[in-house]
Amino acid sequence: MADAQTAPNKRTPLYAEHQALNARIVDFGGWDMPVNYGSQLEEHHAVRQNQGMFDVSHMTVVDVYGDGARTWLRGLLANDVNKLTVPGKALYSCMLNENGGVIDDLIVYFLNETHFRLVVNASTRDKDLAWLEKQLPGMEKGIVDLQERPEQAMVAVQGPNARATVMKLLPLECHEAVNALKVFSGAMVEIDGEDWLVARTGYTGEDGFEIILPETHVVKFWRDLLAAGVQPCGLGARDTLRLEAGMALYGQDMDETISPLQAGLNWTVAWEPQDRDFIGRKALETQKSAGIEVKTVGLILEGKGVLRGHQAVITDDGEDAQGEGIVTSGGFSPTLDGSIALARVPKNIGESCLVQIRKNQVPARVVKPPFARNGKALV
Amino acid sequence: MSNSPEELKYAESHEWARLEEDGTVTVGITDHAQGALGDLVYIELPAVGDNVEVSEACAVVESVKAASDIYAPVTGTVIAINEELEDAPEKVNEYPYSDGWLFQVGDVDAGQLGDLMSAEDYDATTE
Repeated sequence: MADAQTAPNKRTPLYAEHQALNARIVDFGGWDMPVNYGSQLEEHHAVRQNQGMFDVSHMTVVDVYGDGARTWLRGLLANDVNKLTVPGKALYSCMLNENGGVIDDLIVYFLNETHFRLVVNASTRDKDLAWLEKQLPGMEKGIVDLQERPEQAMVAVQGPNARATVMKLLPLECHEAVNALKVFSGAMVEIDGEDWLVARTGYTGEDGFEIILPETHVVKFWRDLLAAGVQPCGLGARDTLRLEAGMALYGQDMDETISPLQAGLNWTVAWEPQDRDFIGRKALETQKSAGIEVKTVGLILEGKGVLRGHQAVITDDGEDAQGEGIVTSGGFSPTLDGSIALARVPKNIGESCLVQIRKNQVPARVVKPPFARNGKALV
Repeated sequence: MSNSPEELKYAESHEWARLEEDGTVTVGITDHAQGALGDLVYIELPAVGDNVEVSEACAVVESVKAASDIYAPVTGTVIAINEELEDAPEKVNEYPYSDGWLFQVGDVDAGQLGDLMSAEDYDATTE
């Protein structure tokens, strides 16, 4: 079952912990990562109903320093960091190429006026860093400086009870700051002489924290969470949780050939102010004025089988006209106990469609994601 | 360390085959296979009466993670399928060698089982 490899895979500081927990380890973007520990379904339900934790130390953390950081990010990202006015506030954005295709999606944290932090995908690290470097010329040294933070680990603790559990493990002196965090905000707190970024963000559709902390601290923190009864969860549950939450996955739901307007990410593009000339803006405006012929929807399978990426979606466009779309992310939804998907389809799709699953065309219902969040089915 | 039942025969593609007293062959997937696939959520079995060919795909098991083809370990005609799996695919995870059987094949040349692996040889492939 092992894939042929050229270079040895990277491992997070928690690798030995995963092994000790009998995790099934798979290759993920060049990293040896846990896909599940025991039952992936139980891990999924633990997050929806109680609390679970994920090692996401493979994610790439890049700090952006300097007086020019904000201006530079306003040109780099499709969303506008000027929405970030309160230190700690976070923003989800796509980083586009000149054609409006998505190089990566990321979260940017505003820490202070000369320090922003980007968290980008692990599988796109090399091209992301190359792209960031490429956008630097013209910027004087000291105006914008980039620093990757490979010595930082990252743990996501998610679920209705996750915040309370994490609070119990944090020193009292940082309780006030962490307790006050609103959704999609973080606080830099000092713990044992080191900075931890505790943020109320996640990729599951549940409340909780994502914590960026030094690799030298992460093993103890992980063990403390385990002792507090937090369920370790692998990348398998992370994927079914984000799919239920209707969150896009880079490389599946969008890539460099797909614009945010085709991927259901219109809400992440900041058109105002009109004079903010971010990379990809002209291409998006051209697309918009020409008319976007596709959109991303949710599907709920009504017949037998499981929706999977790359399956063809057959739509009835009326007057005997048939359109075709594609499943971009599909799978089994433990919360709905059935199969769901995100699909890119003709924009005039009706309330139902057919999906080609092997030899069969299976009916599916068209819905607006998300499918489930905060412990509940929403469709 | 795997420890597959010695009375069964095994294919490289992780199916097991059991020769019954009446000469038919019952087919399932191994404990190693179900563990690698993870929680099963849907199983597509052949129909009773279908002819299956050795080493050809004849069923699909889908876990939360992925879909995998099941290859017939012998040639013959499907005489029974495990209908309980339609509502309870997790039986393959829980009891891969008993209640989690997939289908039963008749009209089998029993000599074909000689082409399959012993438990010891199979376990050596999964270590």
